[in-house]
Amino acid sequence: MGGRALETSTAKKKTKIPQNGTVVETKSGFKYEYSPAPESKSIVKIKPRYELFINGRFTKPIAGKYFKTINPSTGEPLSEVAEAGANDVDLAVKAARNAYDKTWSKISAKDRGRYLYRIARILQERAREFAVLESLDNGKPIKESRDVDIPLAAAHFFYHAGWTDKLNYAFPGAKISALGVAGQVIPWNFPLLMAAWKIAPSLATGNTVVLKPAETTPLTALLLCEIFQQAELPDGVVNIITGAGATGASLVSHGDVNKVAFTGSTEVGKKIASAIAGTNKRITLELGGKSANIVFEDAALDQAVEGVVQGIFFNQGHVCCAGSRALVEESISEVFIKKLKRRMQQLRIGDPLDKNTDIGAINSFEQLEKIKELVEVGKSEGDFFEPNTRLPSKGYFHKPCFFNNVSAAATISRVEVFGPVLSVQTFRTPQEAITKANDTPYGLAAGIWSEKGSKVHEVASKLKAGVVWANTYNKFDPTAPFGGYYESGFGREGGIHGLSAYLEIK
Amino acid sequence: MPAAQIKVPGGGRITIPHYPVDRVGTTERANSFTKRSIKTESKLDALYLALSMVDLTTLEGSDTPGKVRQLCGKALRPMPPAMVEQIEKEIGKKIRPIPSVAAVCVYPSQIATAAKHLRGTSVELASVATAFPSGQLPADLKLEDVKRAIKLGATEIDMVINRDAFLRGDFQTVFDEVVAVKDICSDEAHLKVILETGELQTYDKIRFASWLSMEAGADFIKTSTGKATENATLANTLVMLQAIQDFYDDRGRMVGMKPAGGIRTAKQAIQYLVMVKETLGNEWLTPQWFRFGASVLLNDLLRQIMKQYTGRYFDNHYFSLD
Repeated sequence: MGGRALETSTAKKKTKIPQNGTVVETKSGFKYEYSPAPESKSIVKIKPRYELFINGRFTKPIAGKYFKTINPSTGEPLSEVAEAGANDVDLAVKAARNAYDKTWSKISAKDRGRYLYRIARILQERAREFAVLESLDNGKPIKESRDVDIPLAAAHFFYHAGWTDKLNYAFPGAKISALGVAGQVIPWNFPLLMAAWKIAPSLATGNTVVLKPAETTPLTALLLCEIFQQAELPDGVVNIITGAGATGASLVSHGDVNKVAFTGSTEVGKKIASAIAGTNKRITLELGGKSANIVFEDAALDQAVEGVVQGIFFNQGHVCCAGSRALVEESISEVFIKKLKRRMQQLRIGDPLDKNTDIGAINSFEQLEKIKELVEVGKSEGDFFEPNTRLPSKGYFHKPCFFNNVSAAATISRVEVFGPVLSVQTFRTPQEAITKANDTPYGLAAGIWSEKGSKVHEVASKLKAGVVWANTYNKFDPTAPFGGYYESGFGREGGIHGLSAYLEIK
Repeated sequence: MPAAQIKVPGGGRITIPHYPVDRVGTTERANSFTKRSIKTESKLDALYLALSMVDLTTLEGSDTPGKVRQLCGKALRPMPPAMVEQIEKEIGKKIRPIPSVAAVCVYPSQIATAAKHLRGTSVELASVATAFPSGQLPADLKLEDVKRAIKLGATEIDMVINRDAFLRGDFQTVFDEVVAVKDICSDEAHLKVILETGELQTYDKIRFASWLSMEAGADFIKTSTGKATENATLANTLVMLQAIQDFYDDRGRMVGMKPAGGIRTAKQAIQYLVMVKETLGNEWLTPQWFRFGASVLLNDLLRQIMKQYTGRYFDNHYFSLD
């Protein structure tokens, strides 16, 4: 992207140019950079130490072990969090079982709905507090936590609150009943939102919950416990236990858990699936992806470029359904790439709490290293581009980038990076686009960009992905089912379809 | 809009390309610019910049030489220096000099009055022409309108496209009219071509009309007359900015942009500047390439500038009405 010529023939031809020369250009003014516009941290009070939330109370871990959670935009610790051992997990599951037997299965469906509505409303009232804490702990830009994560989390509680007393209508002709205790393990990319995705349907269908947030992003789930207390949710209906992989493993393999729900990597998902094989546990897995964003030559090009950019760089690319493979019709690939580069140059990387930040911090040092490693591999596989922008001097940051002209066999077009890294391939016909889009072990999502409706419908019906967006991307709604094919997992979350995962249907 | 073949003067044909625009995506992207938070130094800079880009406009049946004289005074010196000095004394620091606006925009019958006050100053004299706002007059009368405007001293011509011809698909006539007006303007006046987006309605048509006007020689493309029910919006301006970008890539000629009508607050103006910066880049962020067709905007800009310096809002009647 060379500098554009300032003087053109028209500029020269113009005889009189307005001489309002009093606007002084400074190196720090509007044209050069936007001044910092940070959201205030003062709304959140981060405790120095967080305990486990078991049976409605914050409880010290039996072994007395704690681990640190880091602010990825500075690399400095935010707080320390209890590490739940097998004994703690057992206590949490017992609390959930007890709550299921004694209270939650006894109260009316309408009352379950009341609690959910209450949780949703309090979450809305405290939205800014949650948004700031999410950005601090996760590294995502405040723009996204404020406008996407927190409002959507509240929407999930509202939506499922409405289902509680209507479940019989959701499955006509069948008898339905709750499963019991749900053991849930969630990832670090949308910490609060994933908690809402898991907790809201469980409670709506009459189950109780033990949930483990990711070890790098436990804080908003723990703040959610305050809301449960505020909403006077009966003790033990939701228990939050913190810890790393070992804690998660003891939760999903606990004998008294009836249902396992996991969102995270395919690698861990496979382990969970084999760990619970042969047991009576129900399971849903929402795993990785390498989703294709297909841009046809008859697409509205500027909007398609925007959609591809949002599809992969939203949330630093830490999105299981990220459109990490752009498939572009060869006839428009040159102009597409030019526009893509230009658009990427405008992405602002930096302090997640700055309201003008488009791309925040990578969630952890380990993830950053993994991304860097894959980008190095990619450099030998395709034409590398990254914008000419500066990264903050501390914290875990990675520039958005893409690899053009990669082959379908390249690492960078097959392996999930889970970072702001896009691969671009070309295709010649709709059939080739479909074949290429389906040429992956995953099948979570896909995007189609074309102004021709009949083509959109035809292609969508042939894509093997759980979610297909047309002329948009990364649109989430509690009413729509979400889930994958193949190595992207099984089961659906959200909508009427997501309810069945938490119900016995006779 | 399907691609169209247009005959150009001196023989040969050009193609106005088919270029679909998606309404949902465009609106989303346009809204994203309203989420930018422009503070402190950037804000002050943007306010001064916006002020210097205003085409201060009066286009009413009731316009008189008296009204136009007042408007020219305001255009040249938006705030009396004595008032600025008083505030400087109060806050104990210098205020960056308040610039003149970019232009005054009037009906043809007010050009002579405006010319008297603006001649020899940095403020341009823009006149609407070609039977503004409807354009519903025979072509020869529209051209006569332009000739007389320039003769009377207009340095910028804001013409309207022929929507009659455009909406029935006669793009050649639309093109030829712009070319004819451009010929008359030649080096003497800057040509702004008004699409009247509120009457074209679809983004596909706005995009097509933008390209057609630029091919025909527009120095600026402008959203609207201010007389339609929908005037400038971030979204229709974005469609036009993207057309300007592609035209620049394709033809190597910079074209300016003027949203007009409905931009009343400094906050809105800054959102437009953010959009220009992030779509076309800093090169377009000068009064030479970007203008606001507005009137009440000017006072809100002054109010906000003074707020930046003093930390308080001045009451509306601190600033003259026109």
